[in-house]
Amino acid sequence: MIKSIKDLTFEEQMLPGTPACAGCGGLLALRHCLKALGEKTVIVNAAGCFTLLCVYPFTPFKSSWLYTAMACAPAGAQGVRDALNILIKKGRLDEKEDLKVVVLTGDGAAYDMGLSSTSGAIYRNLDFYYICYDNEAYGNTGFQSSGATPFGSKTGTTLPAELNPLGSELSKKDLFEIWRSHKPPYLATISPSHPVDIANKFKKCEGIKGPKLFIAHSPCPPGWATEPRLSAKFAKLAVETGIWPLKEALYGEVKHTLIPKKFKPVEEYLSEQGRFAHLFKPIRQEEAIKNIQERVNRYWK
Amino acid sequence: MLGKMTKQMLTGNASIAWGVRLSDVDYIPAYPVTPQTEIIESLSKWIREGQMDAGFVTMDSEHSMITAAGAASATGVRVFTATSSQGLMYGFEMLYTVSGWRVPFVMANVSRGLSSPITLEPDHNDILAARDTGFLQIHCETCQEALDSILIAYRLAEDKSVLLPAIVNMDGFYLSFTREPVEIPNKEIVREFLPPYKPTHAFFRASQPMAQGVAVLGGHIYSYFKYQMHMANNNALSIYKEVSEEFKETFGRGYGTVEGYMLDDAEYVLIMSNSFSAMGKAAVKRAREKGLRIGLLRLRLLRPFPEEDIREALKGRKASAVIDQNISVGKGGILYSEIAGVLYNEKQRPLLLSFIGGLGGKNISDAEFDFIFDAMMNAYSTGNVPQPALLYTEAELEEMERLKRVAGKG
Repeated sequence: MIKSIKDLTFEEQMLPGTPACAGCGGLLALRHCLKALGEKTVIVNAAGCFTLLCVYPFTPFKSSWLYTAMACAPAGAQGVRDALNILIKKGRLDEKEDLKVVVLTGDGAAYDMGLSSTSGAIYRNLDFYYICYDNEAYGNTGFQSSGATPFGSKTGTTLPAELNPLGSELSKKDLFEIWRSHKPPYLATISPSHPVDIANKFKKCEGIKGPKLFIAHSPCPPGWATEPRLSAKFAKLAVETGIWPLKEALYGEVKHTLIPKKFKPVEEYLSEQGRFAHLFKPIRQEEAIKNIQERVNRYWK
Repeated sequence: MLGKMTKQMLTGNASIAWGVRLSDVDYIPAYPVTPQTEIIESLSKWIREGQMDAGFVTMDSEHSMITAAGAASATGVRVFTATSSQGLMYGFEMLYTVSGWRVPFVMANVSRGLSSPITLEPDHNDILAARDTGFLQIHCETCQEALDSILIAYRLAEDKSVLLPAIVNMDGFYLSFTREPVEIPNKEIVREFLPPYKPTHAFFRASQPMAQGVAVLGGHIYSYFKYQMHMANNNALSIYKEVSEEFKETFGRGYGTVEGYMLDDAEYVLIMSNSFSAMGKAAVKRAREKGLRIGLLRLRLLRPFPEEDIREALKGRKASAVIDQNISVGKGGILYSEIAGVLYNEKQRPLLLSFIGGLGGKNISDAEFDFIFDAMMNAYSTGNVPQPALLYTEAELEEMERLKRVAGKG
């Protein structure tokens, strides 16, 4: 376990020059995840923003990559993992050639379309990592509402309008609990603003066979209508307001890895983001803001 | 070198399973769907009993199953999987995807009509929907052929000038559940024909990082890879001929890209595929007894499409009739269009008639075959080709009227 950001490895597994948007919180989270995982990995990707990290003939990764489709990255991971095991067992591949199999998907795939294949992979106790970069909407298609979109968010398909001033009326799915109900050995939420926490969580699950699942809160400047330079700030505010709890579940037992000493009001997190601006202007929607604060209060009780 | 042979009464499904067992397959991601399930049950049993050294995993859908099959193949193991009908449709997105990965695994499809209405018996709308995906396609008439085609399919798919996945197709119920005497080849001889899998193309390992299945931006890049697939698929034509020749030398039976039945002196040719060809052959035999010079051309290799062989087989005939056991709603028979395309630029081409029959396993009666034969001869003598016909008998219509009355719609 490390204590300080100074203890993070300098070694990078993902090199600069990706086509990701400036200030992409998901990319920052991924960078820290890959630092922790090392270079012997194969990333199995589902359709989403990060599919465009590897555009022929370039890849920013030192490791391998397989793009599948939107719904089935965990199934691709199953095929790769099983094949590696078979080759090693049959003596056709040296154990030194083995790879960690890492699923990488956005929230659209994780919360919605790929839920069935993820459920299957966890159920089969597949030995793999899953990193979901959660920017709380379908980002790659221009920010439409997904199962991860929080209550009150403006998206391309939940525009605040006269008939519905709230934006999204639906609540974000609790993917952590959906995954936890499958009893995976390790499961955690992470944030790009807390790289030490990321490193320690990967350290903690190292060596555990079976699913090791991570949901990364991912500020998205174009979708959230925030300034790229402020992504780390919003990620941090989400933790400090209690909106994004940093936690883990080792064999099902939930533990929070950071409990804010004093919770900041959610308003601090919401009011500066374009996607929640309609809750404050032109008319302050007191009920909705209160509703969001109460959800957070209820969670932490 | 024929070796010691044993013959057993096997269903089509069991024949496929035996083909897989003999092929030293490493990995089988599976998902049950009628009528292919017997294939994966047999394989699972053999693996559990230690008679096959392979990994077996039941996936959460055909979409996941085809993904896992492609990903495992891309990692360097020999893979088999099986599906049917709705399952093939459910996994459809991944058919295009994995063939683009250029992974040489083999999949059995046991044909079954597509919903709706939901049904069980065969037709070929399922498999023909996959005709443009990049998969090679071999269509079988008999149980022996189904077993043998698995061995041939691996040789074809794994050839370094091909490297595409292959589908071996057979009809649900009519072949999947019909027992025929099948010769199970000796495993050692199979191994000479199909050695254990040692891929030399791209696959994942720590010392060789690579990005596969990556996005491309720009039509010229996309087209380049698509054209490569097309050319590789076409390469399979000449490779098929070499492989089937070698198969014949090894096992004493051979399979052309197409099969001719009583074709040599035929003036009229019936064109069919899969197990219903057996009905067509019986009808041709009956017609021959009446002195009619009719033969049958059975399409076996559907992708790549053996245009040259089809043109050759139809050269100098008076008329030909395609029985499509499929329907492109709003257009008609799919194979009819493909055959017409093959013949169009021929100076001396037979008249070409189109019939739709056998949908959802509907029988094709003697009377319907006689009707087709008459139509061919009549077209030739008058020069008028009739409109495409949907085969249906009066007795079937009467029965349908009765059922409608039962349903309160009479």
